[in-house]
Formats: sequence, structure tokens, C-alpha cells
Amino acid sequence: MDDLRRPTGLFFSLLGVVVLVYAMIRPASRAALDPGVNVNLWVGLTLLVFGLCLLWLSRRAKS
Amino acid sequence: MPARIATLRVTLTPVDYLILALYFAFVLGIGWMAKRRIATSEDFLTSRHSVPVWITSLAFIAANLGAQEMIGMCASGAKYGIMTVHFYWLGAVPAMVFVGVFMMPFYYGSRARSVPEYLKLRFDEKTRGLNALTFAVMTIFSSGISMYALGLLFELVLGWSFTQSVLLSAVIVLIYTLLGGLTSAIYNEVVQFFLIVLGFAPLSILALSKAGGWQGISSRLQPVMTHAWRYAGHASENPMGVAPLGLIAGLGFVLSFGYWCTNFLVVQRAMAADSMHGARQTPLFAAFPKMFMPFVVILPGIAALALMSMKSGYTLPLKASGGYDYDQVLTTLMAKFYPSGTLGVGLTALMASFMSGMAGNVTAFNTVFTYDLYQSYMRPNAPDRHYLTVGRITTVAGVVLSVGTAYLATYFNNIMDFLQLVFAFVNAPLFATFLLGMFWKRTSADGAFWGLLSGLIAGAATLSLTVAENKGGWIAHVHQFPSQMAQNFWIAIISWTVCLIVTLLVSLVTKPKTESELHNLVYGVTDLPREEGAPWYKRPAPLAWIVIVLLVILNLIFW
Repeated sequence: MDDLRRPTGLFFSLLGVVVLVYAMIRPASRAALDPGVNVNLWVGLTLLVFGLCLLWLSRRAKS
Repeated sequence: MPARIATLRVTLTPVDYLILALYFAFVLGIGWMAKRRIATSEDFLTSRHSVPVWITSLAFIAANLGAQEMIGMCASGAKYGIMTVHFYWLGAVPAMVFVGVFMMPFYYGSRARSVPEYLKLRFDEKTRGLNALTFAVMTIFSSGISMYALGLLFELVLGWSFTQSVLLSAVIVLIYTLLGGLTSAIYNEVVQFFLIVLGFAPLSILALSKAGGWQGISSRLQPVMTHAWRYAGHASENPMGVAPLGLIAGLGFVLSFGYWCTNFLVVQRAMAADSMHGARQTPLFAAFPKMFMPFVVILPGIAALALMSMKSGYTLPLKASGGYDYDQVLTTLMAKFYPSGTLGVGLTALMASFMSGMAGNVTAFNTVFTYDLYQSYMRPNAPDRHYLTVGRITTVAGVVLSVGTAYLATYFNNIMDFLQLVFAFVNAPLFATFLLGMFWKRTSADGAFWGLLSGLIAGAATLSLTVAENKGGWIAHVHQFPSQMAQNFWIAIISWTVCLIVTLLVSLVTKPKTESELHNLVYGVTDLPREEGAPWYKRPAPLAWIVIVLLVILNLIFW
């Protein structure tokens, strides 16, 4: 079976991009208890970075 | 169904549905990928010792992180405060260390395909039969009860229909386990674990910072809620209503070791590892993330209490009958803190936890049914193709029975409550059987069987003779426990002790197996795996010590 890190990395990167794009086109999307920062921006970024890390690990293992 | 009020409705937007849909597509894709490797019944049911250790380690904890666990631990955080961490630091991590260091050489070395099969090899057919049967029944009911809890919550919070959400999630789990068997369940559990952490951690951070950090929480709540050990001395002083002996012997020893060392649901994940080293490392590596899970799942519940006292705009949800509905704490916190987008990630995480729990139950059930009940009692010596087909049919049957149980639960709430009380002690005596069976070669097959049966009966008897929070005591009222948790811990202790004593006594007067029959099954007649060549961070003993030191530090910080 293929290295699980690759599909998982792709999935989380995609998830991160979706949340990030949403954060940028709808910056006013805030919850009832607003912490004063754009939550979607940070969550999206975290997901994307995590996904990219997995992809990098997978590439490194292959070479 | 119990009357409950939705204190907070969550409205999902298209982006949230998109995230959920992406997740569904992904888990099905993994099932499709794993399908290529299925040729024999063992590929489908046991993954044939082929899974890398980092994957088995994460699956080892993810299979236990069902939706009920997530919802329940957050609820307990709000109800009992930081003492809830005992379910992790006392009730899980030490047992995970024990199973990796001491028990895995025999589980993995025996080449058994399941925990009941180990019992057959070590003892005989009747002990296997008893364990396989109780395990199969328990797994289906647990899976159904968890499904019921989730369906109810989705109906309450999202306004989704109970039937639709139960069926949709069941069908998706069914498709991917049917396609790729245990391998696809395990691979998906890794993704589900990451989603659970990444989807719930922001909630913990947001709730904690709003409540003014740990200091803010400590200053707003009663000290019993923010100290794990300081008030554990007397049952009347702490919110759990437990005394130290019940807590340490009941939760920390019997229940914890009974679950993590003998429950096939988790042991199966370690047995799927690609080497003996991997199998031993699995629970040890898993102990690290497990130790820190309370910060993700319990902390939001405690923060919720503080938020309520500071009139921040968050209030604990109420039941229709009055009193707080703690099970809604997790979802109401999400509704208050997560904007659309992140909300989709959070709900997907909840869905992921539900699916990992359910797939765990289904893949353990189909293995035990196919090998330990069907192959042993109904049709032995059939060609392997036949058992592969039976394994697949059992997978479908397992899901259908779970859904049936979920519906049963909507009509017979009291029966489900009762069953949960029973399941709480089913694994307790089994740990005495394993402890004696693995480390005392004199333990005989008859000793094991009669000990296990007596232990189960002793547990049932204790439940029927004692009362706690107006439950139990169906036969007589001999003793009153300060809380249901204390009763549960003591049932486990009694059940374990009876099993231990009866097994010992019967073993002494019956014929033990010969040493050649016990090779690779029992301590003393097994060549233990050699670890000298491996670097220190891959050897069980150093890993175990690191886990223990970290555990002590965490307990001291939150003392």
C-alpha cells in the first residue's frame, strides 16, 4: 500500500486551503464568542502547514 | 427518548458541508486503496502483521476515542473537574505501558489471530468460547449505544434527523471496512486521530484563553475542580464520590488493565504491527499522545464551568427535567466559539471520532465472530475463501446489528443504562485470567474457565446487591455506595479478586498443560524478544521509563 502520509497530507492541505479561502472571502464570519482574531485564518493555516509537513515527510522517505 | 432541550442550535453553512463531504470522500478513498491488498481472510480480518508502527500506534488510541469518549470526557470535565484526568493518567497510560513491555511478547509471539484465540491456545476451547461470546455481544451493544448517543446529539444540535445521521454514518463505515477490512479501518483511524486533535484543540485554546488561562479557571472555580489528587482522600470531599482505594485499585488497576491489556478492540491494533518490535512499541508510542489528550478533551469542559461563572455569554445547557445536560457541553462550546468553516472542521472531528469508534468495534467483532465462533464451532476446515466471505457478511451484520441496537436504545433507555453498568465490569475478571495465564505456567485450563465465570457472576451479584444513586440493588440492598462511579470501581475489584482466587484454587487441584504446549504463550517457557541491537528510543524499557517520568510530572503539576 502507498505511503499513508501522502494521501493524508493531501487531505489536510486541501482542508486547510478550503478554510483559508473561506477566511479571506468571509473575514466577517465570526462566532458568538469572538476572540478578536479571525479564527478561520489560524485554523486554516494550521491545517495547511500540517498537511504540507506530512507531504514533505513522505517525499523525504521516498528519496 | 429522554426529554432534552436544545439550548443552542447550530446552523451550518455550505462551507461546513463541503468539509464534511471532503472527509467522507477521503475515508472512502482509503478503503478503495486498501482493497487491493485483500486476497485472504487474514488480509481482511487481521492485516497479516503488515502495518507500520507509527500507524498502529495512532490507531491504538483512535479506536478508543469514540464519540462517546469525546462527548463524555468533556462532560466529565464540567461535572467533576480536573479529577477526570484519572481516566487517562491513572486509568490508561500505566496499563498501556504494561501491555507493551510485558504482555505483547506473548500475544504477538503466540501468532494468535485474536484475544479469544490466545485463550484457546493457552487454555482450551471453553474459555475461548466464553470470552468470544461476551466480547461479540458487548462490542455490538457498545457500538449501537455510541451511535444512539451521536444520533441524538446531531438531532438536538444540528436538527438533523436521527435516522438520516445514523444511517449515513453507518453506511460510510460499512463501505470502507467492507472494501479494505482491518487495514482500511486502521489507516482511517490515523486520519481520524489527526482530525480529532486538530478539530478539538482550537476549542480548548479558545475556551481556555477566554476563561483567562489555567490561572483564571483556578481563581473562579472551587479548588476541588482544579486539583486531581488533593481532595481524593475522602469520597465525601471530591465530586466523583470515590475514596483512594477504589480509585487506585478499581480504576487504576482492574478496570484500566482489564481494558487496555485484554480488550481485543485495542490489542488487535498492536497485533497488526509488522514486527514483534512494532507490536511492543505500539502501546508505548501511543502512551505519549494519550497522556496529553486531556488537554484537548477535558480542558474545554472545565473551561466551560469558569466561563459560566464569569457571565461571558456561555451557559451550561439544561435538561428538560432540570439540572445540567453535560453531554451537550462539547457541542454548545463549538457553537459559541467556532465560526462557519472551523465549525465544519469541528463537526467533522466529532464525526471522525464516532467513525473510528464504530469501525474499531466492527473490525474486532468480525474477526472474533469469524475465527472464534464460526470457524471453531459452526464450520471448521472450510477453504479460506469461505471464511473471507463469512468475514465480509459478518461486517455487514455487525453494522446492521449496531444500527438495530441504536434504535432499541431509543425505546428502552433503562435497558441500555443497565447494559452499560454490566459492560463496565465484563473485562475486569479477564485481566486476572491473563495475569495468571501469562506469568504462572501452573494455571490450568479448568482454573481459567471457572475463575472467569465466577468473576463474572461475582460482578453481577455485587451489582444486584448494592445501590448507588438509586441504581442497582435488584435483589437486595446490602451496601450503599457514595456514587455510581465508586460502585463501578468496587464491582470491578470484587470481580477481579474472585476470578484470581478461584483460578488459583482450581489450578492447584487440576492438571496443568505441559511445558511444550505452553511455548511462546507463557513467561518462563518463551524466548523473550531481544532488544540489544535497537537504539534506546526503540527499546520498550527506556520508552516505558520516559512515559512514567512524564506521567509523574503531569500528576504533580495538577496535584
